[in-house]
Amino acid sequence: MSDESPRIGVFVCDCGLNIAAFVDTEEVASFAAELPDVVAVVRNRYTCADPGQQEIQKAIAEHGLERVVVASCTPKIHEPTFRNCVAEAGLNPYLMEMANIREHCSWVHMKDRAAATAKAKDLVRSAVSRAGRLVAQDERTFPVTDAALVIGGGVAGIQTALELADGGHQVYLVERSASIGGTMSALDKTFPTMDCSI
Amino acid sequence: MMDAGRHPRIQLLVNSEVEDITGFVGNYQARVRRRAQYVDPAECTSCADCEEVCPVVVPDEYQQGFSSRKAIYLPFPQAVPASYTLDADDCLGFNPIACGKCLEVCDKKCIDFDVKDEIFDLEIGTVVVATGLEPYDPRPNDEYGYTSFDNVVTSMEFERLICAGGPTEGELLRPSDQKVPERVGFIQCVGSRSTNRGVPYCSNICCMNTIKQTLQIAEHYPEARQTVFYMDIRAFGKGFEDLYRRSREEGVDYVRGLPGSVEGDPETGELVVQVENTLAGKREEHRLDMLVLAVGMVPRKLDTNGNRKTGTGKTGNGKASASKRPIDEILSLSHTSDGFVMEAHPKLKPVDAPTRGVYFAGCVEAPKDVKDSVTQAGAAASRAGNLLSAGQVRIEAITAELTADLCAQCKICAKVCPVNAIVEADKKSDLYPDFIEAACAGCGTCAAECPFDAIVMRHFEDQQIEAQIDAILADDPMEKIVAFACNWCSYAGGDTAGTSRLQYPATVRLIRTMCSGRVDAKFIWHAFEQGAPMVLVSGCHFADCHYIDAVTWTQRRVEKVWTQMEKAGIRPERLQLDWISAAEGQKFARVMRELDEMLRTVTEEEVAQTVSILKKKNFGAPKKVAPLLASDKAPEKAAAPVPA
Repeated sequence: MSDESPRIGVFVCDCGLNIAAFVDTEEVASFAAELPDVVAVVRNRYTCADPGQQEIQKAIAEHGLERVVVASCTPKIHEPTFRNCVAEAGLNPYLMEMANIREHCSWVHMKDRAAATAKAKDLVRSAVSRAGRLVAQDERTFPVTDAALVIGGGVAGIQTALELADGGHQVYLVERSASIGGTMSALDKTFPTMDCSI
Repeated sequence: MMDAGRHPRIQLLVNSEVEDITGFVGNYQARVRRRAQYVDPAECTSCADCEEVCPVVVPDEYQQGFSSRKAIYLPFPQAVPASYTLDADDCLGFNPIACGKCLEVCDKKCIDFDVKDEIFDLEIGTVVVATGLEPYDPRPNDEYGYTSFDNVVTSMEFERLICAGGPTEGELLRPSDQKVPERVGFIQCVGSRSTNRGVPYCSNICCMNTIKQTLQIAEHYPEARQTVFYMDIRAFGKGFEDLYRRSREEGVDYVRGLPGSVEGDPETGELVVQVENTLAGKREEHRLDMLVLAVGMVPRKLDTNGNRKTGTGKTGNGKASASKRPIDEILSLSHTSDGFVMEAHPKLKPVDAPTRGVYFAGCVEAPKDVKDSVTQAGAAASRAGNLLSAGQVRIEAITAELTADLCAQCKICAKVCPVNAIVEADKKSDLYPDFIEAACAGCGTCAAECPFDAIVMRHFEDQQIEAQIDAILADDPMEKIVAFACNWCSYAGGDTAGTSRLQYPATVRLIRTMCSGRVDAKFIWHAFEQGAPMVLVSGCHFADCHYIDAVTWTQRRVEKVWTQMEKAGIRPERLQLDWISAAEGQKFARVMRELDEMLRTVTEEEVAQTVSILKKKNFGAPKKVAPLLASDKAPEKAAAPVPA
């Protein structure tokens, strides 16, 4: 892999009409194709769906992609999806970058298609530019302490503690007052069964 | 409750509060303070001898103040642990020792005034927050004469009056004259669904709770006449409509319309309610013996002592709290606009906090009934259990790394690290700072503060961020606002604006960093030098910062840049700093509109002048490590130019 000018693939998502209704995704795709180091551009209706992910994997193999840019929604939703997707195709997951052209673009500039499209292009260019400088990373794993802290001894805390303890985990149930029971213990009957709360 | 009390794998810590939680997913450390337990719960047999001799009589919180208890008391008959507890605020046995009667009569000798608070340091993998909510307090707004008339009670007070374990042993006696009311009214949405008093949202449980209470009255007092004043009856859950129908079949009168006024007769205790019946389209007067306010549910608030404040009567048992930091702050939990904690995703991750390894159960997330609380508790336990069962956790590779040959051992990184992941360097013994990867949370404050550019933030490297700035400003820079947004709050606030379809001008371009603490001054200078008319740095509100106090370094840094801008003749207004939480989609959109307006005030000449000033200044360039100690004092201007 050459770090100087890595081979970049860009995947522009329509997200049904969530993006495509307010952003000219075809124009964004054509723009992306002209960006430096971009060797493949694919437009999808739903990039996160299996066929969309398969397109990414296929393009990685066909074009020898070294970086992947997905222009779709917020990374808060699908960054793990696309990281897994590129990892399955043999690419380090940290070589995938997202451009948020939905939450930060199509959904907030619904009345100005030209401005939304121009912004989407910028976001893609920014992501491509960043992608070119991304470095493969290895995630480390750490052991987990097999114990849970449950804060609050009302019905929800009690139930959580019991479920976890029944599952074999150590639980610390912390309650501020002198007894567990919470708000529910002050109720006489509870709906819909009309039975005792305690 | 009892199952939880005797489960071999549940350690119950009552009278206890979490003071601090540190660490990271799978490896948290919690500090819990258990307030002095003057009665040893393991020894107490609940014989009640102590209670009999205790001379102190105070209102009983559990009974909503309708009856009294002693200073040493059983919280309620089914309490778990089934032990007496001593309220140190009320007891006379403390300082100076004036009483001590209970000590004398306790056979088991399980009372000890000399015990102290205990601290438990717990190693845990996951945290479930289930701190609940509290009823709306009708007193500040004097809802429907609650503070004036004895016979106006809240729904929570009603629970005690109708309960067999309550102060009247289940006989519904109205407070003014201890008579059974023949005419009972209920007012819905007290404190709920109002934009000018109480809270704007629907509290979810009050309709069904009232329906339940009408059925309880119908069962105990078939002759009683009942009227419910409502806006809408929301009986949406499984089996709920059946209960509503049953209530109507029992003869309960449902009047659509909330009362305009409630007047009371001090002699007879009678209440006169004026209401516009909006279904009948006429004004009605109802004469009642008792009125129950179906109070809404609000996020739990803490007073300055960390005690919880309940809406009705006296406070709960949580007294003499030592902790002043609410759990929301300890865990940096964000809140949605209704004040309840915010989930990682409202649909897809409804029990996950944005912080990995932290989950929500019950009413801390939103008002809900017992069934939904139990359901959500199961979900939270499942999420937490999955993490614990996996045995190991993968940490995102976004941690800080030292480039030792650039390091001058100045110790700044260790000083600014909010999570103590950097062990201080020591120049005398030629020790470089030690970066503990497991402890590093990836905020990037050390990298931004390092004067020597000796720290690399994996996946958020200087050159990666600068490449984004360059790309944004490549065309039409005069139409662009370069905005740095932290992952947890501001970037997510932008997402919230998106999901809420809040429209704003298309001039802003966001660059995501994990924390605003990552935003190196040189990034700001770089943007201005590349012709940016406006730059925004945005992060979490101070109390929400996911990296404890990293955001304070953001503020200091931006303030320093403002000063330098002013001195250099660049308008400081062109650099904006704003705190936007993940829930503040509205604020995000507003800030973007304001920035766009400011953008219009920046001229091309101004930008050109800035660029030429900055080309000479070399602001933000790293210091060079020199073999001489004196190099630390070298002025910034004399340092090397910014690396490309």
